[in-house]
Amino acid sequence: MKVSMTVNGATVGAEVADRTLLVHFLRDVAGLTATNIGCDTTSCGACTVLLDGQSVKSCTVLAAQADGREVTTLEGLADGDGQMHPVQRAFQAQHGLQCGFCTPGMVMATVSLLAENPRPTEEQVRTGLEGNLCRCTGYHNIVRAVLAAADGAEGQVSR
Amino acid sequence: MIPAPFTYQRAGSVDEALDLAARGGEDAKFLAGGHSLLPLMKLRLAVPTVLVDIGRLGELSFARDENGHIAVGALTSHHDVTNSALIQRELPLLAHAASQVGDPQIRHRGTIGGSLVHADPAGDLPAVILALDATLVARGPSGTREISAADFFTGLFETALEPGELLTEIRFAKPGTAGWSFQKFTKRAIDWAIVGAAVQGDQVALVHMGSTPLRATAVERALADGATPAEAAVHAADGTSPPGDINADSGYRAHLARVLVGRGLAESRARAGQGHT
Repeated sequence: MKVSMTVNGATVGAEVADRTLLVHFLRDVAGLTATNIGCDTTSCGACTVLLDGQSVKSCTVLAAQADGREVTTLEGLADGDGQMHPVQRAFQAQHGLQCGFCTPGMVMATVSLLAENPRPTEEQVRTGLEGNLCRCTGYHNIVRAVLAAADGAEGQVSR
Repeated sequence: MIPAPFTYQRAGSVDEALDLAARGGEDAKFLAGGHSLLPLMKLRLAVPTVLVDIGRLGELSFARDENGHIAVGALTSHHDVTNSALIQRELPLLAHAASQVGDPQIRHRGTIGGSLVHADPAGDLPAVILALDATLVARGPSGTREISAADFFTGLFETALEPGELLTEIRFAKPGTAGWSFQKFTKRAIDWAIVGAAVQGDQVALVHMGSTPLRATAVERALADGATPAEAAVHAADGTSPPGDINADSGYRAHLARVLVGRGLAESRARAGQGHT
């Protein structure tokens, strides 16, 4: 079937099999490979993207379900001048990652979380990111990064 | 991991959805948020040949006060159920339980109707609608009918819906100021409940204590006979046949049921009469 959607502001369309998953559409058709496929079972959150502004796990959405909609991936966060998004800067400054595999999903889940709740408590951050797994056990710095981004202190290194 | 091949069709109205499903035959399935169905299809546990996407039927996403009862559209996402001011005020048990389903991404896509028709005995919301004595409204080729929650769950992943019938709405009587509680025990936040308990007043329903969600009738009988919450909770597993699996054996589930029903009744009693929370 013909599927067309807006990905990071640009229209991407293609003829794909009906069973094509959104994450494959993004990686293989749109060529945007920041979005990782981790567990492939709606558990780990590595494939998190924004669909009409809300975080979703793109391994569990059909490309057809996103037809005509707006998708934002990690590649769409930085502005036109290459300036990183505040959440990206916070993850960098707080070292909110180790191997980096979960990071694109963590960042996208954080953008969605802060859009709904701009000033979360630490507990709200932890429950707000419970759909994203980090197998390096790096949650402490991830939570610190989210709180720093919410505080507008994303560029500062805290101790 | 991708699903087996199928034909995707998108419905523009409930009538069209029913028509597409009828023409798709017995291997057609409705697709709402897809957060129960698509994982099953990727594992080949479900192999529908036609998917009828009802995900854009805005007419099925709502929460309304209708002359004494609350009507919730089947396509209302867990996120929207959680954040509905009306549901928070009138059905706090439902609003809270919806906030405990899966994780934020799953709550953005998953729907109350999809969760109910999937009829997973480990699902949260089936037990909640049992405790609330909800009524389910289904539309099919031969018209609209109402099914009580008590009659809806007929077996493991089985409901009273006929092939081609679509759940459109769930109706709830207002429980007023009766207390409520939702208790859920999991290993990780995003896991299904090993055991759960939904309490509304003196009505108690259990998650994952059998092949269907079920009412804790022995607990309710004890309460009616004047037992204290702690005395009644001892009977939480009476008459049940809890499954054993990798997470828990049946004896451990029975223990969890007694503990969680005890906590749930205590919390519910503490909330009773406090008005809306």
